[in-house]
Amino acid sequence: MDLQTLTYLFVGGTFSVYIGIAIWARAGSTKDFYVAGGGVHPIANGMATAADWMSAASFISMAGLISFMGYGGSVFLMGWTGGFVLLAMLLAPYLRKYGKFTVPEFIGDRYYSRAARAVAVVCLIICSVTYVIGQMKGIGVAFSRFLEVDYNTGLLIGMCIVFFYSVLGGMKGITYTQIAQFVVLILAYTIPAIFISLNLTGNPFPQLGLGSTMTGSETFLLDRLDQVVMDLGFNQYTTDVRGSGINMFAYTMSLMIGTAGLPHVIIRFFTVPKVRDARASAGWALVFISILYTTAPAVAAMARLNLIETIEPTQGEYLVYDERPQWFKNWEKTGLLAFEDKNEDGRIQYSSDANVNEMVKIDQDIMVLANPEIAKLPNWVIALVAAGGLAAALSTAAGLLLAIASSISHDLLKGMIAPNITEKQELRASRIAMALAIAGAGYLGFNPPDFAAGTVALAFGLAASSIFPALMMGIFSKKVNREGAIAGMIAGISITLFYVFQHKGIMFVASTSFLGDMSPNWFLGIEPNAFGVVGAVVNFAVAFTVSSFTAAVPAKVRELVDYIRIPVGAEEAHDH
Amino acid sequence: MSHMTDEKAKEYWGRNVSLMIKLLVIWFVVSFGFGIILVDVLNQFQVGGYKLGFWFAQQGSIYCFVGLTFFYASKMAALDREFNVDED
Repeated sequence: MDLQTLTYLFVGGTFSVYIGIAIWARAGSTKDFYVAGGGVHPIANGMATAADWMSAASFISMAGLISFMGYGGSVFLMGWTGGFVLLAMLLAPYLRKYGKFTVPEFIGDRYYSRAARAVAVVCLIICSVTYVIGQMKGIGVAFSRFLEVDYNTGLLIGMCIVFFYSVLGGMKGITYTQIAQFVVLILAYTIPAIFISLNLTGNPFPQLGLGSTMTGSETFLLDRLDQVVMDLGFNQYTTDVRGSGINMFAYTMSLMIGTAGLPHVIIRFFTVPKVRDARASAGWALVFISILYTTAPAVAAMARLNLIETIEPTQGEYLVYDERPQWFKNWEKTGLLAFEDKNEDGRIQYSSDANVNEMVKIDQDIMVLANPEIAKLPNWVIALVAAGGLAAALSTAAGLLLAIASSISHDLLKGMIAPNITEKQELRASRIAMALAIAGAGYLGFNPPDFAAGTVALAFGLAASSIFPALMMGIFSKKVNREGAIAGMIAGISITLFYVFQHKGIMFVASTSFLGDMSPNWFLGIEPNAFGVVGAVVNFAVAFTVSSFTAAVPAKVRELVDYIRIPVGAEEAHDH
Repeated sequence: MSHMTDEKAKEYWGRNVSLMIKLLVIWFVVSFGFGIILVDVLNQFQVGGYKLGFWFAQQGSIYCFVGLTFFYASKMAALDREFNVDED
């Protein structure tokens, strides 16, 4: 069967599964809609969390980023997994015990303040909307690359699928489709990696292959890679530090606490039956995530090596452009690869020196998307990668949209504007909010704002500097009060936004940046994307200082803190 | 707290926090310690084709995270039973 037919078959097949699940898992109550009825098995929730968490960026872009960053790319690997340890110990069990539907709801009750809840809603919506734009783009791109469907048509098809299962099923529909999507995406990621590892090292486990010798040689794969990248004038792959040690430290920490503070991940832990399940479920989520995250460095290194050895089969002997392989031609058409024959010798020189380098464009996404073709894998593997990329983008988009919709219908409408609506009305409102959220996200996908590229990092910065500290202090301290929490959140966000904007431009309009995007102007050499941790420290400091000068936390709220710290007695809190 | 005296509740929370701190120290050491701060020192050692520091940064720390999370979950389940605050 030809590639096009196979791809339609795989994508069509997976989409019918998602629709089938949507019809089977309809939401009958607000509890179904917000927390999937609260009866999801911890292992099932672990899988759903993994799909929720691993986005188009994890699936398509991350290995490529590491490919060109080498050791420096470790910030993503550690940052995006280590956050789950924090989530498991510092947040998930207590928020599950609290037993309500949204993150701002907890902040509002713990800090006995509608203003605090409103600030949390604003943070949540900014984080989630910026994040969802990336997923929408991922859906459009995956369709246009693999199915040769127009970007806008692809996006529209994706939106219809998400609309169907998330409006009908809410968290319940999303949970069970995410489980199916996890299976699709993890197979799509690991199967090509296994083939490539076998090809290069003879070891079927990419995690071990990365530390093995090359087939038919005594040389270790990583030593070989270090050698070839250095021959081209790049830094040594395994020791290439990103910025400085301090920058890598700050970047990793920002991603970790940002991960733990992202609302669409936190609300997944509201769906399990018990506190004990919330703890275990975080472990399972991490197991499922680790399968991809420990495979990614192998994909990164092996794809880089394959690419270089295709262009320069033996040292100094560059590939003749007219003899380039088919995949090279295919991806040139998409604009992700570009060659410019600067010295007009008809051969492809690849070098770190911009004046000599003729591979003028190698998009990082190539490293995953073209990987099966570079490794000459069968067509069904390529079709599977297309379905996997779509699964990763759809599952994360749905989780984000639910976080947005529930904060609109539950926090803003039921919590503030119209507290007297019935459950049935709230359920209808949540469906409408979901439909609006999808339409809004789709609009942003069709017309991506100029600042879209910069904003995913901003989502982590905001979650790290506002939501994570507010939640953690709410659980671990009885001293932090309403005034402290609000001041802390505002201070944390402000300093993070200020730092990002002064280097990247206000709303990422480059001409408005007053310090320029230059590393000499960075505070302690910390790049703007890594600044969330500094915002978090400021948040903690301001919250404790302000709390010590203002009225103590009321006794009733101190009791609430005691209550969430102990697993037993989950029923008592249900007053919604 | 209907199920526990204040003193018991305090002891339960204290033991939870002390377990958590121990595990977070390990969390910090395997990632920020071995993967970033001490990476050059550890890179002098090889495990197969991996430099040790590089291995911690791209593989080892992640395996440790998984282990830590499950260890915490099982220790806490035992602590819940000991203090009779589990949900069964």
